[in-house]
Amino acid sequence: MSPAELLELYRQMLLIRRFEEKCAEMYALAKIGGFCHLYIGEEAVAVGAIAALRPDDYVLSAYRDHGHCLAKGSDPKRVMAELFGKQTGLCKGKGGSMHLYDIERRFMGGYAIVGGHIALAAGVAFGLTYQQQDQVVLCFFGEGAVPTGVFHEAMNIAALWKLPVLFLCENNRYGMGTPVERASAIYDIAQTAHAYNMGHSTIDGMDVLAVRDAVGRIVTEMRLTPRPYFLEARTYRFMGHSMSDPAHGHYRTKAEIDEHKKRDPILLFGQQLISRGVAGADQLKAIDAAMQTVVQEAVDFADQSPPTAPDELLTDVLAP
Amino acid sequence: MPELLYREALNQALREEMRRDPRIFLMGEEVGFYNGAFKVSKGLLDEFGVRRVIDTPITEAGFTGVGIGAALVGLRPIIEMMTFNFAILALDQIVNNAVKIRYMSGGQLAVPIVIRGPGGPSRQLGAQHSQSLESLFCHIAGLSVVAPATPRDAKGLLKSAIRQNNPIIFIEGQELYSTKGDVPDGDYTIPIGRAEIKREGTDVTVIAWSKMLLLALRAAEQLARDGISAEVIDLRTLKPVDYDTLLGSVRKTGRAVIVEEGWEFCGLGAQIATDLYRRAFDAFDAPVERVTGYDVPMPYARHLEQQALPTAERVIEAVKKTLYR
Amino acid sequence: MAIRVVMPKLSDTMTEGVVIQWHKHEGDRVESGDTLAEIETDKAVMDLEAFGSGTLRKILVPDQSTVPAGQLIAVIAAPDEDITPLLAEAGKAPQPTAQPTTPPSATPTPKPRGPTAQPPSDLATKPPAVEVKASPLARRMAEEAGLDLAMITPTGPGGRVVKEDVEQALAARKAAPAAAVPAYEARPMSQIRKTIARKMIQSKAPVPHFYVTNEIDMERALTMKAELADRQAPIKVTITDMIVRALAITLTRFSQFNASFQDDAIRYHQSIHIGVAGLIVPVIRDCQRKGLIQIAEEARLLFERAKTRRLQPDEYTGATFSLSNLGMEDVEHFSAIITPPEAAVLAIGKIAQRPVVVDGRVAVRRRMMTTISCDHRVVDGLQAAKFLQALKHELEEPTGLLLP
Ligand SMILES: Cc1ncc(C[n+]2csc(CCOP(=O)(O)OP(=O)(O)O)c2C)c(N)n1
Repeated sequence: MSPAELLELYRQMLLIRRFEEKCAEMYALAKIGGFCHLYIGEEAVAVGAIAALRPDDYVLSAYRDHGHCLAKGSDPKRVMAELFGKQTGLCKGKGGSMHLYDIERRFMGGYAIVGGHIALAAGVAFGLTYQQQDQVVLCFFGEGAVPTGVFHEAMNIAALWKLPVLFLCENNRYGMGTPVERASAIYDIAQTAHAYNMGHSTIDGMDVLAVRDAVGRIVTEMRLTPRPYFLEARTYRFMGHSMSDPAHGHYRTKAEIDEHKKRDPILLFGQQLISRGVAGADQLKAIDAAMQTVVQEAVDFADQSPPTAPDELLTDVLAP
Repeated sequence: MPELLYREALNQALREEMRRDPRIFLMGEEVGFYNGAFKVSKGLLDEFGVRRVIDTPITEAGFTGVGIGAALVGLRPIIEMMTFNFAILALDQIVNNAVKIRYMSGGQLAVPIVIRGPGGPSRQLGAQHSQSLESLFCHIAGLSVVAPATPRDAKGLLKSAIRQNNPIIFIEGQELYSTKGDVPDGDYTIPIGRAEIKREGTDVTVIAWSKMLLLALRAAEQLARDGISAEVIDLRTLKPVDYDTLLGSVRKTGRAVIVEEGWEFCGLGAQIATDLYRRAFDAFDAPVERVTGYDVPMPYARHLEQQALPTAERVIEAVKKTLYR
Repeated sequence: MAIRVVMPKLSDTMTEGVVIQWHKHEGDRVESGDTLAEIETDKAVMDLEAFGSGTLRKILVPDQSTVPAGQLIAVIAAPDEDITPLLAEAGKAPQPTAQPTTPPSATPTPKPRGPTAQPPSDLATKPPAVEVKASPLARRMAEEAGLDLAMITPTGPGGRVVKEDVEQALAARKAAPAAAVPAYEARPMSQIRKTIARKMIQSKAPVPHFYVTNEIDMERALTMKAELADRQAPIKVTITDMIVRALAITLTRFSQFNASFQDDAIRYHQSIHIGVAGLIVPVIRDCQRKGLIQIAEEARLLFERAKTRRLQPDEYTGATFSLSNLGMEDVEHFSAIITPPEAAVLAIGKIAQRPVVVDGRVAVRRRMMTTISCDHRVVDGLQAAKFLQALKHELEEPTGLLLP
């Protein structure tokens, strides 16, 4: 990978990080409402995986979707405006934090019913195969979705019909307050793919290059020989489940979080860039500053945008 | 009488009933270690242990089915839906198993199961997490549906729900958990199938349930200032409907406004209006008015959301319409 | 090939009919001749039969709706046949009206009330032409108080009488009792009543009536009736039957009474069809060819069917002369109104014991008063007098009634 490409990965991770830190601030100011699930700590997965795709490949995500949407190239201004419930938002303020869509960038949505969108991803892949397209579908979901019925139904169908979909499980160890070992009979989540005769592996989700390499290899193969793949990325969320949930409490300790923060993906990658001589600390700082500016501009844009017109309430229910 | 939060009242009901009957267990996502997504089951794991307060994977269809199965062999499960939006995933278990097994078995089996959890739109949760689904459940033959609006009713009705012997949907107001009210100490029940006049009046009957009761009472307050006396009835049990209370009131006032947070089409209010017409046609001086949510998925933006839902102003307007003012 | 089922026009006076009840449902297989529905015409309730076989694909008007004669009310077709063109035709027809529950009255002009205009979709703004609109409660209150809804000023949307309006009217009545409207109950008219009302106006106003009365001694007729009763056990001959037979004989001679005034000509009918008035008027046809027993037999069947309102149209239309008997109602004598286009009607009072001079001595005889009402454009008084004399003779010497 070229230095520019490497720095681009770094830039994207920082964009997401700064963007979401701002989200927390805006949530506290009540500019953002409802449920707001932050991705802080997991940025390497979205950025690494999406970097390995072509722009015309498809992505679906669950409700913790700001990072995936931004990594797919959506305009931070329009994402922030969506969170603010403004007319200029990606979905005119109708979707909100959990339901971002940017069809132009083939970001096919965030979904808030755990597991529900996994079947949709298989469906998109089916549609592409049907139309003899060579794009692939990347579907993100948490390990909490693995026990759901729809996950298993979708896995079976995708394998049976050889659909080009990459099931990417972001195993951040907790579904709300439930650690994976209390939710799944199989601790080693990737093993579930055995049941469906599907290729699978587990990678370090805190290492953006590891994610990028793995996804790159899988997707190249998939384009040649369409069939699904199950990839488990071990990661960790630094914040609470949502804005209304404390970062630590009954189910995990502050010490545990601090331990994981030592492997903050942005920190790790920054160190790598410096040690490999790709960039100096100053350069990284400059990127950070630039991203802070981008995020501030997004907030300003969202702030200044008009609220969605009242008659929009009744539009977009049915297609013409 | 002590003042309690709605969630505390529910917690008391669960605790007292579980103490009373060891066959009762509570099962659902995050009900144990996490103390409940909305803290309704707070402290129950500590008191009753993991055998009776059971955390599940995210598998609504699965654990609802498990609950039904356990009921078949004599247990009395309480199944918590983290919110009723997810109960849709268990709809097959509820519709095709819970309410049908007794009938299909010719009365050999019973399914005493309470399926409870928060329902109704909440603030800015967007289309998939903000909806009123009670009418959906009311439609299903064999299912009872309860939706208390006050802490007192919440406790008394939950106890009745737990003690009766059939599948029952118990919808708690997600936005009501932090509301306060007087709750009698100790054991008491409120019968299923009984509405309550929450405010007496003579000019118009306003029928509401769950969070909409508070809205109706607020509207009644404002209407009183205009010299209009509204009688506000809290349905409490949505199915079976307490028609005696409704008809008594409507025969007195000659007008009715039904307030419901869910979608208009095929909403429970439509059923109630029809039944009132059928049974008290010549009591009416004006058509029954309905105030409902708009027939659209819930938007995220706050101002759109407010527009989508019933407001006190819309209730007042509807009342005035029935009064030809 | 789709079959159109229309509201049949079953008499020349029938302009509309009521579908009382459908006997078949949409989707039912029907065979030609099957009863599709029960309908009420202005004369009778009768069965509407299918004219062809197929599936009853569409019922266009519900039970109890009033429909103009000739309007499409259902479609019979093959199960997969396209009937949309037929239905499109139905869409253009005037909509059936439900049975009115209040008498027709001038539509009250809605008094506008404030600026709150009703949305156009409000059903209340599309009133059926004559219906008084009122809330159910107002309707009940008005009924209980004996107030005519049509007399109450409506203030509700679209001219709806509401509770407050009834209260106002009640207050006004209390305030001015002298001016109060007398209490009465307004009831909707049946189809038959409507027809009678219409026809009687058509009669009494344009037809110049005159009346001639006579008294007939019925002793011998009654004796003969008793004798016949002894012999002909299954068929009871009534006095009415005898009068019909007597009329038939008399009309054969006085053909000017078996006639119709029609513009510039008078039509003298060749057949004698005698209508026997009740609420419905069954018609005994071709009386000139029938003997007393046959008349009695036919009359009995017709009256039975009339009672249950199952007469076929040709059984209650087309009379050339009518007979109206109120004898059994303790009526001395009365005069009837002619049913156009007939030229006369005979009214019969009760048979009563009366003192009369027979052979110079006062005797008690059973006698009957008859009054003939005649269309003066067709016959004159003298002819009427002669007609009655002839009739009197037939009844007083009743053996002739038995002759073929
Ligand atoms: C069907 C369903 N049940 C319950 C929920 C409530 N819920 C929202 S997020 C969540 C935990 C999901 O955990 P995971 O899939 O691991 O994703 P993460 O939040 O860790 O990204 C639960 C239980 C839901 N959204 N959908």
